[in-house]
Amino acid sequence: MIETVFEYWNAFRPALGSALLLVGAILAVIGTIGVLRFPDFYTRLHAASVTDTSAATLAILGMALLAPSFAVVIKLAVVWLFLFLTGPTSSHALANAAHTAGLQPMIGRLGESDGGDE
Amino acid sequence: MIGAAALALIVAIALMLIRALSGPTLYDRVLAVNSLGTKIILLLGVIGFLTGRPDFLDISILYALINFVATIAILKFFRYRSFQVSLSRRGKDGA
Amino acid sequence: MGYFLGLIVVLTALWTGLSGEYTLTKPLIASLGAISILLSAILAYRFDILDREGSPYGRIVQLMLYWAWLLVEIFKANWVVIKACLRSTLDINPALVKVKTGCESDLARTVFANSITLTPGTVSVEVEGNKILVHALYEDSAGPGAFDEMDRRSREASDGKGKA
Repeated sequence: MIETVFEYWNAFRPALGSALLLVGAILAVIGTIGVLRFPDFYTRLHAASVTDTSAATLAILGMALLAPSFAVVIKLAVVWLFLFLTGPTSSHALANAAHTAGLQPMIGRLGESDGGDE
Repeated sequence: MIGAAALALIVAIALMLIRALSGPTLYDRVLAVNSLGTKIILLLGVIGFLTGRPDFLDISILYALINFVATIAILKFFRYRSFQVSLSRRGKDGA
Repeated sequence: MGYFLGLIVVLTALWTGLSGEYTLTKPLIASLGAISILLSAILAYRFDILDREGSPYGRIVQLMLYWAWLLVEIFKANWVVIKACLRSTLDINPALVKVKTGCESDLARTVFANSITLTPGTVSVEVEGNKILVHALYEDSAGPGAFDEMDRRSREASDGKGKA
């Protein structure tokens, strides 16, 4: 009984892994589109954080399902942990540096007349 | 399917290069390069799985480390125009 | 001393996981690993970063539980930003708001500010005392009381329930 479950799981695993990997890569493209479309620096920062969080999580989860051995899973976990520890730090450093340098954010509702210049 | 994921990541990198080259302010460029680094980390892992050599993950760990340090170093340099400034502000606030 | 031992345990786990040497049959690689772990721990001690923030492994269980809760929040917030990226007409409402935090220690404040930044749609711009300047993609996602639960949970995770 338990062996058949494992067999099904092993047959199903590569398909699920590559699907998750593809979803993560597409999320990275979506985040990049946001970075190209949004009108000012601070809003672009939000779009970039989509890539840093969900795209990286889904892609690394997909790779972990494709992994041939457990050592590879540990390395992927280290990459994921490191991305999640450093991502917010560099985002905060960027926002703080821009704010200290006097870059003013756009405030208030922004329609299509302001953006989409790319 | 893994190839399609690699292709999508390459497209994302190419689009992000547009922002890095055209970004109006310095911070847009640094943001683009930082985000580019995250995508390159993922792409390195995907290349490793595509060619059946997961050793590429070691390179991607190294790239993650260097990417973070490079972002902080660039920001620090453009704020103080020098690397010889201490960043720690012990006792002042929790920033 | 507890911080030192915690750092050594974590570094050993990291080295074993990255090198894949579980059996210690190769003395050269194992001794190189031991030397590098000891060197890193001694350097951390010399740099004076071996304190509650430098190795917060005493509260690792609570911080992991908090992280699991945060991951769910991150995926919920991601959905909003993805929709904003893909909408055909640009429709965003950015705002700068000040958020008061009840976090007392530096570690709790760092965890809280990093959680705000990690959630897509909100970025902490500046930390001054117990106020955090937050830039949000939508004004209503950073309204009053929006960060109360995150504040409480990050404080409990890094400082414990008894305090503050």
